Parts: sequence; structure tokens; C-alpha cells
Amino acid sequence: MDAPVIQTQELTKRYGDFVAVDRLNLVVEPGEVFGLLGPNGSGKTTTILMLLGLTEPTSGTVRVMGLDPARQPLSVKARVGYIPDQVGFYDDLTARENLIYIAKLNGIPRAEAYRRIDEALERMGLMEVADRPVGTYSRGMRQRLGVAEVLIKRPALIIMDEPTLGLDPEAAREFLHTIRDLKAQGITVLVASHLLHQVQAVCDRVGLFHRGRMVLEGTVEELARRVLGGGYRVHVEATGPASAILEALRRLPDATKAAQTGPEKYMVEGRRDLRGEAARAVVEAGGSLRALQLEEPSLDDVYARYFQEVEHGREG
Amino acid sequence: MAAKVEAGRLPREGSPWTGLWAVVAKEMADYLTGVRMQILEALIVLTAAGTVFAAAENLRTTVGQDRFLFLRLFTVQRDPLPAFIGFLAFLVPLIAIALAFDTVNGEFNRRTLSRVLAQPIYRDALLFGKFLAGLFTLTLALTAIWLLVFGLGLVRLGVPPGGEEVARSLLFLVATIFYGGVWMAMALLFSVRFRQPATAALAAIAVWLFFTVFWGMIAQGLAQVLAPVRYGLVAEVLAQDQVARALARVSPIALYNEIAMALLYPSLRAFGLLAVLMQFQEGVILGAPLPLRQSLLLIWPQMTGLIAATVLLFAVSYILFQRQEIRA
Repeated sequence: MDAPVIQTQELTKRYGDFVAVDRLNLVVEPGEVFGLLGPNGSGKTTTILMLLGLTEPTSGTVRVMGLDPARQPLSVKARVGYIPDQVGFYDDLTARENLIYIAKLNGIPRAEAYRRIDEALERMGLMEVADRPVGTYSRGMRQRLGVAEVLIKRPALIIMDEPTLGLDPEAAREFLHTIRDLKAQGITVLVASHLLHQVQAVCDRVGLFHRGRMVLEGTVEELARRVLGGGYRVHVEATGPASAILEALRRLPDATKAAQTGPEKYMVEGRRDLRGEAARAVVEAGGSLRALQLEEPSLDDVYARYFQEVEHGREG
Repeated sequence: MAAKVEAGRLPREGSPWTGLWAVVAKEMADYLTGVRMQILEALIVLTAAGTVFAAAENLRTTVGQDRFLFLRLFTVQRDPLPAFIGFLAFLVPLIAIALAFDTVNGEFNRRTLSRVLAQPIYRDALLFGKFLAGLFTLTLALTAIWLLVFGLGLVRLGVPPGGEEVARSLLFLVATIFYGGVWMAMALLFSVRFRQPATAALAAIAVWLFFTVFWGMIAQGLAQVLAPVRYGLVAEVLAQDQVARALARVSPIALYNEIAMALLYPSLRAFGLLAVLMQFQEGVILGAPLPLRQSLLLIWPQMTGLIAATVLLFAVSYILFQRQEIRA
């Protein structure tokens, strides 16, 4: 296993009395897509700024590709691409001019820079509009230009802050697709977002933030199993004798819970995927199956449930 | 633990000026192609041409009576237009403020700051690059005007300028650029301090108005309190005038005016009442001109003051900018 791309130990940032990031221990391995998830103000952006050396930690250590961002910010920033929340460009310059400026700041020789810029614009599908002022761009195009910009420096790690915020569903989906492409290319991606359900699909692992602390960490499935218990929830739509069907579902092996959720609608939770068994049970109970769907564990549910439990625990 | 402390003391890697010239080039390109600059250029060229044209008309009648005819171009006024130096003292701060009031907060509001600072450069390069770009732009504009004045002078007066006249007026140009630098550093400071460009612009204009209109009066008033004239002695009057001058010199406008006077009136030996007095003592109203070196000695403190103010203001904005949280 290669050395981690990001490693923090007991990383803490205080603003006066307010603890923005509290003893964070984060490890991101090469090639993975890691989701830094949580509501606004839970410390995601502060963490990112510390990773980039744009703000200094109060205590603890940060290593990005083995470098200390507070002491070797230039080397870190030369290898890491950062797409900030609501990325801004110089509106009266064209996309190409914006990128040329960034290439110059990175000290890339002119000919090489032009080649990389063409490549990046082509890749993000912005070639036709490359010579139009960025002021005329849509939100989605700006976001893509943000990716084109970081690609110029051939980064090993790309950090994105709220990349899908303000995008329409189609553009958001396309953007998530872009993240997968970057991963396929071997680039490590760190995505910070409060839109849990949107980014959970692209993340290999996620860390859930709450008030500056990373309270949960793991794959989405792991978290769902840990917090939601069963984790597998199947929705069944069937006509026929309601009580018999419900009873049959309840008696399935490995089922933890079954309930009727509406007319001709049922739900069964289990420790594993029970779709096959549920279908048979419905038919054997004299019903006819209309639809069967496995509910993906949702991070929103995980988050909500976790904090419900935390609150309950505190009260009890 | 010891190793950690060691690591903490490592110097920052690389030069703080990495990327400086990229910033300067980009900012200057922005200035020179921007509408703002075109408006300012038009304004200053019009006023320069107008005042100098009027001055030249006035001077044509007196050609040959003055050794420093060309310098008169800058100082002679013909109603209703004020002299060229008056215009510069008034306009240069406005131009400098107009160029710099949104340098940093503009980047904030366009949300480009965090993106630019995520590139492998230090904040030093960005701030200093922006300041240099503004100063270069100002230099370019002022040099163009200076050449325009010279050209107009040649055409209208039909007399070539002497070596010392060229030297004096060139020094005057340099002083004008430094004078602009003070105001630019101040506007830069406000652009770091205030998140809204409009607030920064208003604050800068307020300071400029204060020094242009009120500070002179306040300095007089304070001088009357600090060094009252009790018995009407000449020494008392002189002392009061000196105090008033010293106070007035807090304002860059006063410094600039003194520099301009000393450079453009070679016979000037001192400032304020003292100058009048000295002239009486020598018994000549228009004293013999000082050599350039002597005039330079006379304005050395003022020049140093202007540069020091610029450096100080820039240093304060630098510290503020380094400490600023860059999150939007």
C-alpha cells in the first residue's frame, strides 16, 4: 500500500472560543474518492483550508503527500487542485485567458501550458466556448472550467468544496460522472458537501462531520449497517390479502421488521438483501407482485438516525 | 517532540515572490484594457492639455525674461484654469484611489481569491504584484502626460528646454509618482480592510477630502493653540508658522506641494513665512536660483516622508492581508 495522500493527526482549529475542527484524524488513501460530508458550518471548509496551507492549524499535524502544508505550501499547492465553493473566475476574461493566468502562476512554460490548456478544455467539453468571456457561462460550465483549471497542473489530488451546489440535477449528475472519470485516471479526490444523497454514490469512503468532529467514517454500506441496523430495506407493491402477505413477509428468515406502508404497499427490513425471498413469499401468500425495490441506504437517513440516537443517549 | 519543534522553525520554502510577475502582467493588462483607465486617461489628458495650453499662451508674451521658462508651464495659471501642479495635486490621489480601491476585496467578491491563492504562490506575491501593477500603470499615465506637456511646450513656446529644466521636471515626475503611491497604498489598505469595494472607495475619498479641505485649517488652529502669539514678536509669529507647517506635513498633499514648489521654483530657499523673510533680508524679491543639488537637499525630508508613508501603509495592508481568513 502506498503512503496515504492525506493524513491528519489530532488536527484542531480554533477561532477564539469556537472550535471549527476538533481533533480530526483523517486518512485518505491514493486513488480513492473520499467524501467529507456534513451540514454547513461543521468544519469541512476549514479542514480543506488547512490541507492547502491557506490557514494554519491551532494544533495537530497535517501531511499532504508527505508534505506539511504550513511549511511547504508551494510544493503542496503545486500538486493539489482546489475547486472552491462557488468557484469564481475573472468574468471579463475568456476561459482560455483565465487558464493562462493560472498556468503562469504555476510557472508552467508557455508552450506546455497552451498544450495542457487545450487538452483540459477539450476534455471538459469547453473547446467551443473557450474564447468567450466567462461572464457568459452557466453555473455548470463554470464548474467544469474549475475542473479544467485544476487539470492544468496535473494534480495527484483534487479537493472540491460543494461541487454540485446550485447545479441543476442533470448538470450535477454529469459532474459526478466527471469525478468518477478523475478517479479512473488515478487521481485522488476529496469532495466536501452537505448534499449527502447526491455525492454518496461517487464516494468510496465518507466521513460524516458534526460540529467540527468527524463522527462516523467508512463506506456508505458500513455506516448504514452500523447505524441503521439491518441496512437492507425492500419495498414491495402487491395486490391480494393484506394480512396474509404481511404475515408471510414477517416470517421470512433474516427479516428484522415488516410493515404495511400504504394500500398494497409493504416494507421489509433484513440483515441481507431479501428481494428473492420476499417475491416468493408474496406469491405463496396468494398475492400478485407488482413491484419490488431494494432501498439504497441513504446517508441522509444515517445522519439523521445517528444524531437522533446521540440525542436520545444524552437524554437517557 | 524536539523534532516537531525543529520542523516548526523551518523557514518557509521558496521565494515569496514566486508568481509576482505573472500577477503584475495580468493586473496591468486588466488596468490598461479597462474602461476605468480610459475614463481616467481622458480626464487627465483633457485637464493637462487645457492648463498647459493656457499657461503657454500666457508665457508667450514673456519669452526670454525667464531662465526657467519650461518649468513655468507647470506652475503658471491663467483664469479660470488653475495651474497644472494644482490639478495634479488634486487629480493624482483620485486616480490612485480609483485604481486601487477594489484590488483585494474585488477578488473576494468575484470569489477568485481562494482559487488564486490555491496556486503555488504566496500571498506576498499577490498583494505586492497588485500594488506594483497599479504603480506601473500610474507611472505610465503620468509619464504620458509629462511628455504631452513637454511636447505642447515645445510647440507653443518654440524654445527648447535647458538641461536643468529637464532634470527638474523629471524629478517632479518622480515625486508625482511617489505621491500617487501614497494614495494607492492607502486605497489598497482599505481594499484589504473593507469587504465592500464601495465602502473602501468612500473611506479613501473621505481621507482624501479630509487632507485636501480640512487638515490645513486644523493645522492652523492647532498651531495657534500650541504656539500662541502673545506679544506679537516676529519670533513668535515665525514659531507659530513653523508649528503649523510641521503639522500640515502630516498630509501627503502638503509634502507634495512643497516638493513641487522647490523643484519648479529654483529660487525657493525655504517654506512658509521663513521664505518670505529670507527674501526680504536678501533684499531681492526673486532670489538667485539655487542649483539643483541645493533644491534637492531642501526637499529631501519631504521625499523621504512620502516614501516612508507609502511603505508604512503597504506594510499595514500586508499584515492585515496575511492574517485574513480567505474563506468567502
